[in-house]
This record gives sequence, structure tokens and C-alpha cells, in this order.
Amino acid sequence: MNVQGRPAAPRRSWRAALAPWLVHLVLWPPLLVSVVHIIGFTGYTSWISFTSSTLIPENDFVGLRNYNSVLASRNWAIATENLLIFGTGFVVLTTAIGLTLAVLLDQRIRAENVLRTIYLYPMAVSFVVTGTVWSWLLNPSIGIQKLVRGLGWEAFRFDWVVDRDMAIYTIVIAGAWQASGFAMALFLAGIRSVDADLYKAAQIDGAGPWRIYRRVVLPAIWPIFIAVMVILLQYTIKTFDLVRALTGGGPGLATQLPSLVVYDLMFQRGLLGRGSAAAVLMLLYLLAVLLPYFAFVQWRKRRNARHG
Amino acid sequence: MSALRIAGVRKRFGAQEVLKGIDLEVDSGEFLVLVGPSGCGKSTLLNIIAGLEAPGEGTIEIGGRLVNDVEPKDRDIAMVFQSYALYPTMTVRQNITFGMECRNVPKRAQDEAVERVSRLLQIDQLLHRKPSQLSGGQRQRVAMGRALVRDPTLFLFDEPLSNLDAKLRVEMRLEIKQLHRRIAATIVYVTHDQIEAMTMATRIAVMHQGEVQQFADPETIYNRPANLFVARFMGAPPMNCVSARVVSAGDGLAAVIGAGRPDAIQLPLSREAEAGAGAFKDRAVVLGIRPECIAEEDRRFGADERGSIAVEAPVEMTEPTGAETIVLMRLGGEQLLGRVSPDVRLPVGGNARFAVDARKLCLFDPATERLIA
Amino acid sequence: MAEAIRRQAPLSRWVIYAVLVAFAAFYLVPLIVTVLNSVRTEQDIGSTSVVGWPRELALSNFGKAWGTYCIAQRCEGISPFMWNSILMVVPATIISTLIGALNGYSIALWRFRGDNWVFGIITLGVFLPEQMKLVPWTLVLRDLGLSNTITALVFIHVIQGISFTTLFCRNYYVAIPPDLLKAAKIDGAGYFRIFWRIVLPLSPPILIVTVIWQFTHIWNEFLYGVTFTTGAQQPVTAALIALSVSVAEAPQYGVQSAAVLIAALPTLLVYLFGGKYFLRGLTAGAVK
Repeated sequence: MNVQGRPAAPRRSWRAALAPWLVHLVLWPPLLVSVVHIIGFTGYTSWISFTSSTLIPENDFVGLRNYNSVLASRNWAIATENLLIFGTGFVVLTTAIGLTLAVLLDQRIRAENVLRTIYLYPMAVSFVVTGTVWSWLLNPSIGIQKLVRGLGWEAFRFDWVVDRDMAIYTIVIAGAWQASGFAMALFLAGIRSVDADLYKAAQIDGAGPWRIYRRVVLPAIWPIFIAVMVILLQYTIKTFDLVRALTGGGPGLATQLPSLVVYDLMFQRGLLGRGSAAAVLMLLYLLAVLLPYFAFVQWRKRRNARHG
Repeated sequence: MSALRIAGVRKRFGAQEVLKGIDLEVDSGEFLVLVGPSGCGKSTLLNIIAGLEAPGEGTIEIGGRLVNDVEPKDRDIAMVFQSYALYPTMTVRQNITFGMECRNVPKRAQDEAVERVSRLLQIDQLLHRKPSQLSGGQRQRVAMGRALVRDPTLFLFDEPLSNLDAKLRVEMRLEIKQLHRRIAATIVYVTHDQIEAMTMATRIAVMHQGEVQQFADPETIYNRPANLFVARFMGAPPMNCVSARVVSAGDGLAAVIGAGRPDAIQLPLSREAEAGAGAFKDRAVVLGIRPECIAEEDRRFGADERGSIAVEAPVEMTEPTGAETIVLMRLGGEQLLGRVSPDVRLPVGGNARFAVDARKLCLFDPATERLIA
Repeated sequence: MAEAIRRQAPLSRWVIYAVLVAFAAFYLVPLIVTVLNSVRTEQDIGSTSVVGWPRELALSNFGKAWGTYCIAQRCEGISPFMWNSILMVVPATIISTLIGALNGYSIALWRFRGDNWVFGIITLGVFLPEQMKLVPWTLVLRDLGLSNTITALVFIHVIQGISFTTLFCRNYYVAIPPDLLKAAKIDGAGYFRIFWRIVLPLSPPILIVTVIWQFTHIWNEFLYGVTFTTGAQQPVTAALIALSVSVAEAPQYGVQSAAVLIAALPTLLVYLFGGKYFLRGLTAGAVK
């Protein structure tokens, strides 16, 4: 730069001189606290997962011992199997209900707002509350089974929640009850964002309403399908409160999930090392869902940028 | 005194060099228009003048003071934005006074300044409104008011009219020009619209690919474009640029379109043009001719007969615009546009006779694309 | 589209409405059951089921649930836990929202070197499972001397919440036209004045979204509550689980329903009055 002798700028007062620093003083601490706690905590838990820590953290490296024992345990195997059943059932059911409601609500329904409010309210209520109420309804000695028997159908059975084979499906139902309104909201927003001219063009082409949905609208909102499914999948991996309140993981281990295993290992059995290993495994499950999705989002962004 | 001096300014974003050494000098009271297609670097240059971006290399002087390290607020400038950039939560009055508030100007002085500017721009009725309650033209005025109230050495306009509809744009164009004359301000004005550049500027800098292609007054830019880019960019419809050949004709030189063809057209070069064209004798050149230099046969260009050349050409298409008719024709095998009087009926598909103004021919070197004559 | 459907046979209109109403009933059943049970007596529920019309109004359930019912050897109902939750949620919501607004402003509008990295890491914090942070938080709280306090929960929720609030505000602020900022800089406004005079006045929509999200989220949070507090220090969600454990021997569905309703009421009210903003927050924070 050419700065031949001229005064660069008028002299600044001390306040003006301080101002740029003050900005950094305000700007950085909260950002740093966030960044440090995210990276630091993840790193620390990962480290603990490689140590022999039990009730208090130790700093001796024991390699993959904790991972081996977690992966070899029946508890974890059942939790993973349950996660697969719950994940599949929950995602399919929630997406199906959400999409159905969204398409039906798109038909110029009277009282659309009231219905939407009803469909979505479960998301505003704590899983603890939801789980508690559902546990009563599903409890055979006090809930739906008793109601139906009281109406005269003495042979009626609905005891999934205490049935080892069926208990996991009660979690699916309660989970879908909670989240399907949310899926509906996302789908409806997607359907409403489709270019109105597309509808007109399809109508002029002679397509009936259901064909328009099948051939025009749904193909146009497929990215929303992927987003909804990813969101729901990672809900399932993190699900804790719902199961804790509905079944507590039981009967036996019938509704055990990885998140409960982590809690159990860390705070009930006092095995911090092993609990941390389970937590890291949970994170890996989550990354297995999220990383492909982020890659996909990036790819789409780049592709759109190229075609845009 | 020069109000703005830009020397050797370069700027790169990543691998892409968006400004490749810009030198400009603007005198006090001038109206400089930076014009060019989008992506030519004109807005980046304006941001560098404003201090919103730092140049990679080079110096900026405003009012004789080197301002490279001076904050935007201390550069003694004011800026009008394409989007107007009015603060949406403030009233018109607050929008205008915000800058004074930042500089702790006393309330009394603020009120006087608002009074003066709002009367000048006829926005005194709007002072209590929010920007969302204003029409496009009114927002434009308020944005200018915010700039005027600073009374700066330099006004910067960043495509201020491109969000207005066509009719309003013409009105505001005139108004800005009148304003410039009335307050004798120095203005740097960025636009992609060559008509705005032609109508408002005292000097134009045509930019393309990070370089100033030509820096001159509007008449020179229009009649003597420095290269083919400028020739094609300025003017609508653009200058016809066709390949031609320089030959000797009598005691002078001429340019031939479609040399060797039966329908070749020979256009004699003016005395001034011959000086530059001599070196290209018997060589190929690009001939530039403005559409308005091709008109109906009875049009006379200039005082003497020598100015107008009569030609006959097949008419391929006509576009009546009302005020005139644009005609697409073939001369020596090349397609050219002409502008004829709307009263003339032309046979599309048939031949018609035209008069060509040979005084304003431009010749370009086909290799360097620079103006040679 | 809708035009075409409207011309359909009335029968299919009826089917559509029937399906929609049936689902509405499905969603409402747990809420209605809870409301009805909260005014039923134990004998009434015990002799029939949790689904039923009250034979007599037992409004005393609410009084018991609020003030006298015994949870883990303490017979003060859920009121102390409700206060705990309020003491936790109000400061945590306000502080995390303010920091998020400032962070979002810095990242979105006050570009600095490394801003994309900082933002990327903060977004990571949004989907990082809470289980990854339990052990470090335990140690940090112990070292700060905050173990088993409401302050600890406020602290945790503020720091955790910054990820969400920053994400929300940043994504809102990037839509502010850059010209506005340039104009303000030329007018002579600095970091704080631009935030205070230009950005903050534009922020109410996103601040409402953020506050509602943080409020419902922190109120409903459970894992940190049970992990880092015990006994009298617990927020109401953790206490409800303790309640359901303590009544397991002698179920008191009426009182419990009343307790559940009271605990759910704050977020339900927020939802009813700020539904639009609640949905926007859900969509924005969907990766949680």
C-alpha cells in the first residue's frame, strides 16, 4: 500500500481506540463457552470411555475394554434390537399419520386451525406427562382393557404394556401420538409451498386431485420426506423420558433403549467408564443417521447452486 | 481539486480477481457513473470507496485525504443503496437523523437539517411515517434525504433506481440530475443501465471483468468507444459490429462489408479515420456502425453529399416502436440493424434502399478489439 | 387443487372430515382422560377404569396435589417443585435468549474470521445427545460447588440453550439485508448501537420464538433434572416420576392426574397462546 507521508486518519480518542476491543470482549466469551463445552465435553466423555472409571473418573487408559463389555452385554444387545424395532415402527407410523393428516387438512377444511392445534399439542407437553398418562391407559388393570371389560366384553385383552413381546409397540404408539402432529405440520408446510402454477398446469392436463398429489405434489416435496425421517430417527435414538415414564424400560428389558442403558450404567451402577462408552456408541448411532443427511443437504445445496 | 482519486486498486475474493488495478480521478462537482454488466466489479469498487471493504492493493483519496485506514463514518461520504436500506423500525425523520445522532449533533441542528432536506425533496409530509408505509418513489427520496443531510464531499449511489418501475425511474433520473446541478455535489453512481449512464453522467467509466474499459465523457464513450466491449455495451439497440476490409478507394480509403461478394458494400472513410486505418490497408477489421447511422433513403446526414451513402439491402424483419422502426437487414451478407422513420413502409422479405452515415464509422482491430479509427 | 377437491362428491368430504375428527379424538383422549380423572375419586376410578365420567366432583384432588400429597417422604405436594421449575426456567430462558441474540448478531452480521467454524460447532451442540455431557457436567458442577442446586440447572440450561438460541437468531439475522448494515456503518453506528437501534427492534418475532422454545424445552426437560438434583431441589418433571414411583404401592390416580395437569399447564398455556411461534421454533430446532 502506498502511504507516502500523509496522516492516515485523524487521531482517535481512547474510547474509539477501545471500541474494537470491546466488541471482541462481548462477542467472544459466549461463543467460546459454547464451543469449548461442546468440544471439551464430547472429548472428555470419549476419554473416560477408554478408562477404568467407576464411581469417580480415573485416568488410566484401558483401551477398548469398556466398549467390548458394553457390546457383549445382553442389556445393550436388547437395547439395540429394541431401538431398531422402535425406530422402524415409530418412523413409519408417524410419517404415515403425518402425511395423511397433512393431505386431508389441505382440502380447504373448516376449522383447520383448531384441528392443527389439537394435532400438535402433544409436542408442547413433557414426555413425562405423556408417558404417565399413557401408562395408565395401557395398564390392563386400570386402563383400556378394564374399560372394555367393564362394558361387558369380558374376554377383551389389551395388555401389551406388561407383555414382553408387545411392550415395545406401546412405546411406538405413544411416540407416534406425540410426534405425528409435528410431521403433519412439516408436510403441510411443504405441500403449501408447492408452486400454485404446478397445480393449475396439472389440472389443465386433466389430472384428478389424487393423481395430482401422487404425481406432482409428493414428488415435489421429497426432500421434506427425508428431513422428516431423519428428524424422527434421531428422536428415537435420543428417546429417554417417554420410556422412563411409560415403562421404565420394562417389563424386564422389554423396552430397554440405549439412552436408558447409559443412564443405568452411569448413575445406577456407578460405572462411568462403561456408561461413557455406551454414550459414545449412542453418538455413533446418531452420526450414522446425521452425517449422510448433512452430506446429502450439502450435495443438494451445491447442485442447486450450480443449476440456480 | 480532485474530490476522489483511486490509484492502482486491486481486490481478489479467493482465487478470483474482481478488480485488476483501477485508476480513476474525479473532480469536484462531477457526476461519475460506473457502468458495466453484473459481476464487473463496479459495486465492489463502490464499497471500497465507501470503506465497507478494504482494497487488496492501491489507495483511495477523498477530498485530497488518504482514507485507506479511515472508517466509513469518517470518510465524509454518504451513500444511497439499491434496496434503499431504510431502517424499518424507525420513522422517516429518525432514518434521516440517525447519522447525526451517532455523531452527537445537537437536537436543534438535527431539526434544522431535517427541515432543509425534507423541503428540498418534498418529503415533509412523510416524516412521521415508517418506511413500510411509503411507496417505492417515496422510499427513494427518503434514502436520498438521508444522504443529503450529511452534506458530504462525496455522494455514492449504488444502483438506486433499479427497484423502481420504468416510469418512476425516468422521473427520478431527471430529479437526481437536477439535484446534482442544484447542490453542486460530487457523485459516484453505479448502474448497469447504460441509459442512466448516458443521461446523467458528466463522465462515464465503463467496467468489465474488473477493469476500466474506457473512462471518458458520454459523447466520446458513445461515438468513439475504446473497444468492442464498450461499443456493444453502450447504446440500445447496440452498435452493429461486422467484419470488413480496408481498401483504397480513389485518393482515400474505404471499408468494404462482404468483400468479394456480389452484394459487397463499400463505405468511404473520413479523413480523420484514414490516419488510423492506414496501417490496416488490405487487412480485415471490425467495422462498427450505430443503427441510427442507417436510415431511410431520403435522410441526409451532415451538410455535404459525401456524408450519406446510398445502399440497397434485403429487409429481414421490422420492429415498429412507435417513435421509429428498427429494421433488420443484410448488407454484404452481414446482419445489421438500422433505425428508420416510422412513416416508411418497408417490404419484409424484399429489397429497400437506405442511407448510411459514413462519418461516424468506427474501426476495431479484430485481434486486440481496440479502436483503431 | 383445493378448487378441484371442493367439487368432489359430498360423500368423500364426509370421509375426510370423519378421519380428521377421529384423529383429533385420538390426540385428545389422554388430555381428556387426565382432566376427567383429576376430578374423580379414587374409589370411582378403582371400581371402573381411568376412562370414565366423574360420578361426583372431587375438586380436592387439586388441593392435595398442589399442597399436601407426599412425594418421597415430603408431604408438600408438587408446589415446591413447581417453584423450582419456575426459578429454573425463567432466568435460564431470559439469559440464554439474550446471549443467543447477541451471538446470532455477531455471527450473522458482524462477520469475523472463523465465523463459519464457530457456527458449525455451535450447531453440533444442538444435536449432541445429552448423555455425552452428563459426566463432564457432574464434574463441572462439583468444582463450582453447585451440585444439587437450582442454580446448577439454570447454568446448564443457559449453556446448553445457547446452541439453540444462537442458531435461531443467526438464521433470522442473516435475512437482514446487508445494505442496512452498510448504511448504519456509514451513518457512524458501531457494534452496540447497530444491535440496539437496528437489529433488536427487528427481533421481536424471533425472540418470541426463542423464548417459547426455551421455555417449553427447559420446563419439559427431565434427564438433567433427575441426574443433577435430588429431593427438594428437583424440578417438577423429575418430581412427577418420583410421584409415580411413590404411588405405585397405593395408586392415587385422581391426585396424580391433578398433579400432571398442573405440571403441564404452563407449557400448554404457552402453546395455546403462542402456537404459531411454537411451531416455528419446532421447525427451526427440529434436529434436537
